[in-house]
Amino acid sequence: MPRVVVDVMPKPEILDPQGKAVLGALPRLGFSGVTDVRQGKRFELEVAGEVTDAVLEDVRRMAETLLSNPVIESFTVHVDDAVQDQPAVTGTAAGA
Amino acid sequence: MKVGVVTFPGSLDDVDARRAVGLGGHEAVALWHGDHDLRGVDAVVLPGGFSYGDYLRCGAISRFAPVMTEVVEAAGRGMPVLGICNGFQVLCESHLLPGALIRNDHQRFVCRDQRLRVENTRTPWTGAYAEGAEITVVLKNGEGGFVADDATLDRLEGQGQVVARYLGVNPNGSMRDIAGVANERGNVVGLMPHPEHSVEALTGSGTDGLGFFTSLVESVWA
Repeated sequence: MPRVVVDVMPKPEILDPQGKAVLGALPRLGFSGVTDVRQGKRFELEVAGEVTDAVLEDVRRMAETLLSNPVIESFTVHVDDAVQDQPAVTGTAAGA
Repeated sequence: MKVGVVTFPGSLDDVDARRAVGLGGHEAVALWHGDHDLRGVDAVVLPGGFSYGDYLRCGAISRFAPVMTEVVEAAGRGMPVLGICNGFQVLCESHLLPGALIRNDHQRFVCRDQRLRVENTRTPWTGAYAEGAEITVVLKNGEGGFVADDATLDRLEGQGQVVARYLGVNPNGSMRDIAGVANERGNVVGLMPHPEHSVEALTGSGTDGLGFFTSLVESVWA
């Protein structure tokens, strides 16, 4: 089933306390070189049938109506072409 | 007056709000989020709490509750609406009020007796206060940082839509120390602190919050 991804991020001018907390935690864990962290949300929408322009337009309306608050957040929509159930390489590399 | 208090799944302060309405001299009417009915009330309070578990964003899901269709329509006709804490978040998500509320800048939940200055006494919820009155009411929130762009903030201040401002400590990083705002017409007010917890000497920080519930008068929008 095709998957449409909506990424929602706090607008640049909006303070992101969660991102700041993560940024503060990294050096404490010995990670260096990160100068900024912004934390957002990712929505993965499984859609029935083909992802047409009309479907994408629908998703954009979902994003601006419910998934994001346009006052403080921006969003992007894209189709996830990756084959489903394929293990994420970055996620398993650090496994035991 | 009959004042409706909406209960959403996850509302916490609906019972306190109904009690405060009663102490303010009005009849409290319980309203249910799933109803398309305001039961003939003259004003509405959206109480504090964590409606829908604050999932997605605070107030984002409550905004689409059936009763909110009626509240938005009634607010458009001039009915007084007061949103407290989570209720304020619902009003911002509903676009009845400008701006938004984000996580406290210090990342922690805050619970304290908060000093405020009442800056707009022309709303139906604040008429009982003297302009510039300094009051202390309970404040408790995790996502109480009021944000808006500079143009919006300038407009709010220029048009007297800042209803209350934090004094002493800014407890959550709210821009320009804003604790509460009104819409342009003034009938819709959102407030992050909790006046309904400060209405009786026995509990809370005193009785400074009672004014929000005694302010309503019949003539306001009848």
